[in-house]
Parts: sequence; C-alpha cells; structure tokens
Amino acid sequence: MLLSGADIVIETLIEQGTKTVFGYPGGQVINLYDALYKREDRIHHVLTAHEQGACHAADGYARATGDVGVVIATSGPGATNLVTGIATAYLDSTPLVAITGNVPNALIGRDSFQEVDITGVTLPVTKHNFFVKDYTKLADTIREAFRIAKSGRPGPVLVDIPKDVQIQMQEYEPGPVVQKEEQRAVKLRKIDAAAQMIAESVSPYIYIGGGVITADASEEVLALADKIDAPIGSTLMGLSAIDNDNERFLGMVGMHGHYPASVGQDEADLIIAVGARFSDRATGDVGKYARGARVIHLDIDRAEIDKNITADLGIGGDLKEALQALIEAVEPARHPAWNARLDALRAIGEEQLEATLDPAELTPHALIWETARHTEADTPVVTDVGQHQMWTAQYYPFHRRRTFITSGGLGTMGFGLGAAIGAAAATGKKTVLFTGDGSFGMNLNELATAVTQNTPVVIIVLNNNVLGMVRQWQNLFFDKHYSQTTLNRQTDFVKLAEAFGAKGFRIMNRKELAPVMAEAFAQEGPVVVDVAIDPDAFVLPMLPPGGSFDDIITEVQ
Amino acid sequence: MEHKEHFEVAILVENESGALSRVSGMFTRRGFNIHSLTVGETEDPVFSRMTISAEGDETTRRQIVKQLAKLYNVKEIKVMERDTSVKRELALIKLKNSPDTRSDILSAVDIYRSKIIDLSPNTLCVEITGETTKIDAFIEIVKPYGILEMCRTGVVALERGCHYLRQDNGNTEDSREGE
Repeated sequence: MLLSGADIVIETLIEQGTKTVFGYPGGQVINLYDALYKREDRIHHVLTAHEQGACHAADGYARATGDVGVVIATSGPGATNLVTGIATAYLDSTPLVAITGNVPNALIGRDSFQEVDITGVTLPVTKHNFFVKDYTKLADTIREAFRIAKSGRPGPVLVDIPKDVQIQMQEYEPGPVVQKEEQRAVKLRKIDAAAQMIAESVSPYIYIGGGVITADASEEVLALADKIDAPIGSTLMGLSAIDNDNERFLGMVGMHGHYPASVGQDEADLIIAVGARFSDRATGDVGKYARGARVIHLDIDRAEIDKNITADLGIGGDLKEALQALIEAVEPARHPAWNARLDALRAIGEEQLEATLDPAELTPHALIWETARHTEADTPVVTDVGQHQMWTAQYYPFHRRRTFITSGGLGTMGFGLGAAIGAAAATGKKTVLFTGDGSFGMNLNELATAVTQNTPVVIIVLNNNVLGMVRQWQNLFFDKHYSQTTLNRQTDFVKLAEAFGAKGFRIMNRKELAPVMAEAFAQEGPVVVDVAIDPDAFVLPMLPPGGSFDDIITEVQ
Repeated sequence: MEHKEHFEVAILVENESGALSRVSGMFTRRGFNIHSLTVGETEDPVFSRMTISAEGDETTRRQIVKQLAKLYNVKEIKVMERDTSVKRELALIKLKNSPDTRSDILSAVDIYRSKIIDLSPNTLCVEITGETTKIDAFIEIVKPYGILEMCRTGVVALERGCHYLRQDNGNTEDSREGE
C-alpha cells in the first residue's frame, strides 16, 4: 500500500510489536504524530513533560519486560534532551529505539532552525545509529534498528529521519517481527576447561550480573549453583535475577554490597562470572580484586572478557546455552568447609542488617521493609540514584526477575520517575519508586505525566534535605566539608503532589510509618510519600573508592 | 606490564557515511592511540578497507580487535602479523635544495631507492615507499639538510600468499585459555 514515510514509521513500529511509545511532539515530527493520531486504536502514545522523561520511560518499559522500548522526539533540543536517557540505556544494555525527526535533507548542514547532528552526538552512546537519507530504506532501517537493539548484548539505537523522508509517499509491505541475531555457538572445549577448573575448586563462587536477566538464565544459574555447591553473589544490575530468599544467594557485591557477598567473593578460589562486567563499583581496586581466585568469565559480549580484569578462562556466547552446557559438563560437588565459612559470614551480615532496624527510629531499612509489606513478588521497584538506591538494593527483598529497575552504569539522578511510568505502563502493575529529594528534584515534572496517565505509582521520597551520597563521601574523605550538598529547600512535597493533581502524604517518625504507608498504598493513581530521613544516615558497608575488601567500612561513629 | 609495540589491524567496513567516525571514535572513547589510519576503496564498492596502526600490549591489541568487531559497519577484522604480511607506507618529503647538499641528498635518495618527483631552484621533493622503519631512517638521514614539509600516508598492509581478509574472522576469540 502507498503510505507516507511517517505512516510507514508507525506501521513498522506496530509491525514490530510496539504497543506503547513515549515521546514529545515538535516541528520535525508533526508528520509522525499525525500518523500516530490516525492509529490511536493500535498504538498508545504517552506524552511526557520532557523528552528525557520519555526516554527513561521507554527504558523502564524495556527493563520491566525485555521488549524494545520506543521513544520519539523532535529535532534539535528534542533530540539532545534524549541523550542522557540514551546513555543510561547504553550503560545498562537496555534495548531501546529512539526515533528523532530532523530538518529536511535540503536544509541539512545549514544550521537550520532546530537542526542538530544527533547521530554525531549520540555516536558514543548508541549501539548504532542511522540517518535515513534515502526514503526507500525507511522501513528496513527501523526493522534493522529493532534487530540491533535486541540482539546479543542489547542497547539503544537511534534513527534520525529528516522531514522530507517522513512526507514522501512510497509502497509499504508489512514484514515479520525481526528475530535476534544468531550467536556463535559456545566452544565445548572451553566448557570442558571450565568444568575442570570447577572440579579443582574448593570454594567456588558464582558472580552474576545484568546479563543473567537479559539471557533469562536465572534457573540455569541456580541449577549450576546447586550442582557445584556454590553461593551466588550479584552486581547491582543482577539483582532480582535470583530470589533473595534462596539459600544460595549472598546478596550484592561491590562498593555497598552485602558483607557476606563481598567478603565471600574475596575468599573464593574460583569466581564464575556470568553476564557481569567487573565495573569499578563492583570490584574496587582491580589490582587487589580476587587475588586468590581464578576467574571464569561468561559473557555474550566477547569484548567484556579481559576488558576490566584478565580472566583465566573466557567463554563467549549466549549465557543460557553456555550454562546449560556447563551444568552438563560439571561433576556434582560438595564443599562443607566453604559453606560453614559462608554461614559465618552470613551471620555477621545479619547482625549488621539488624543493627539498622531500630524499632523506634525511622531508618531507611525500616522504611523499605515497611514498603515491602505492601508489594507483591512481581511489583516493579524503581529507584533514582544515590543513598536511597543503595539502601533499596541492600534491604528490599527481590523475588522475580526484572522487578528491580535502576540506573546502574551511568548512575543517572532523575531516571526514576520516568522509568517508573514506563515500567507501570508496560506491566500494568502498581509500581514503587524509591527516590531521594535530590534525584526527585531533577525530573519531578513527570509527576504531570503520572497524573495524566493515572499511573499507579507510589513515589517514596527519602527526604534528608541533603545530597546524601556526596555528603557521605564528604564526611568520610573530605573532613566534613559539606560543599553544596545541603539543600535547604523549602519544597513541600505534599503540596507539590497536590499541585500536580496527585495525592501527597508525609511520614515524620516511626509511629506514622505503618499507617501512612498503608493509606498511600490504598490509593489508585500516583502518590507521593515524603519521608523524613536522618541526613547522617550512612550507606554501609562501604568499600572506599579504589579500595579493596581489606578496607571495608562497616561502622561509622 | 607486557611489552608495548606497534601493530596493524586491517578492517573491511561498509562504505557508509559515518563509518570512519565510528571507527576513530571507538579509539578515542576507549583511550586507545592511533598511530596512523588509512582508508580507501576496495574491489567491491560496498566495502572500504582501513589499515589502522596502533600501539599497545597484547591485552590492548585484543581489546581493540574485539571492540572493532562490535561496530555495526565493521564486517571483517584481522591483525596483520609481522611475519605473514607485507606492509608499506609512502612519504613525500620536501627538502631545501642547495648546491652544497644536493649531491648528498641524491646519494641518500639512491641508497634508499626513493625518487625525486619535483625540483625547483630552492626545493626538491622526494617520494619514498617502504616499511615504516625504512621511512623513519630516511627522514633521520635527510633531516640535517632541512625538511620544509612532509606527509606520510600511514601504513597499508596485506597478508602474504592465499590469505584474504574476507576469508575468516577468527580474531574475536575469547581470552587465553588454561593459564
């Protein structure tokens, strides 16, 4: 059928299975929005307050489901407003297709109104990007964008479409949903080598990252752990891949990791890394990292192997396939001494956790536990970035994969609200956002979107009136010079919520915690809960930046 | 720390606008140094061939190959090993032409099998082809006579014998085994 380029773009999105897109109209995407208008019954568009929020929403949508998130923005500032969102998706390997309009081909390169070279700008933060100069390639380019975004290690792809290409009429033939690219088979001799290393180990440790969620390999990880009698530690991005109640699970590793997970990893003689990339926040000083351990590194992205730390054995390929082969290849083993040691570490960890649960105080731990009483196993839990993010990672009990949505690699403050709107749109579930007064302040304009969409999101603001994570560093490493981290704002978040048309609640002390939280969760649409948190509450344990497990801080006077 | 040395990587890239930026951008972003980069058409108009000369230890070399392999437009990659490939670079060097030094320059040109391709009363221009080390040596020899300007093409390389870049792409292997 003969359609305009804009119609073809939207038809191709529908053809590729997109049910919801996020975006913001503008001069060079009017045609795209006209095409959307004509297809309102087949594709839902969520209008945000700002393109950044739209991009985080598309990202949250993708993280909650594994499907490709789609965001649309106009040229120039619309496109540049996406950049932080695209970079966030890139660092956390989320499948995202960003579609931008641009000035007509004839005006390109003349510094036309709202013209920006967005493919140039996003080159280092996209898996790939396209400028569709030739209208005959439009539909296939969008399909290719989807294929790249979801294949192998997923990531964002940007497609920039000049206005004349959107107007041009041409033939459109619907195509099938594009399939993920086939991966090269895992090398069996490497699996055998891995099995040999596992057989030689007396204290093996499985270290999982976000790749386990992407590969849908949680069950394989557990099966391997059971067969070789190994504990499981996770990166921030790997959280929710393994049910936290599972006895094999030690918790999160890294700068603010759980004590048994971090120390256990340091004491292991073999680390089996699965879909983790040994980020500096996870390893600390790489020179001292895993000194006594050999490392087997499984990753779909072969460039991750030997990038940050040198592996003794690298296995490239699909994680699910590799783990299945490895489970076949290994001999069952039992390590009683290792387990006894891990139990001792767990006990220390438990003590540390309990110390943060003072029954009289409104501690972050108490708040997160109380929240968890109102959520279900499949409730999406979204965070912003900072202390509240680490507390959520430490204290919230995750049970199902894809329920923890956080900006790990880029650490984007302001990610949370958009992402929560996206996660709620994708799942239809009541969604929880833990945020801080700093992070919330960055993109709280999206409260308008949550109200318009009647998004069932409970926004819990851990309000300590400071930029707590930086303050913590200033306290520990900068002689308590609290430079520009004391906010002293007079924002009333309850009134703010009401001004946007949402409901607002406030929790000032421990007594108010349970009843107010219950009331907040009983509401239908978006709710803001402003919770007073001590500005000097610390995220502990803490591995100082560039430090090793020897330097772990578990107490601050 | 492993030994750092120069090495050349040959890649076939799809002939699309932006392909060069993507390749050079990867080097910038990951903190790898490019010593030289050449790019030109191939017998197949779909592909351009780039030869990148870079510096680093074995780990860096493997990272460069693997990161290049991730670029969408890059279709084939191969490290041009010293023993199994031929490498050439071309340089044009403009020298001061004076009666006192001319004969010395001409003998250097002769010894290095280079040639004079332009001559004026005050200048002469030498074209020299060879491996990088040969060109470096020639430059050292003629430097005292006064180099007015020069330009080098950077290294181009092909494997010897029946090996072609499009034959295999076994270079994105995983890490060393069984250490």
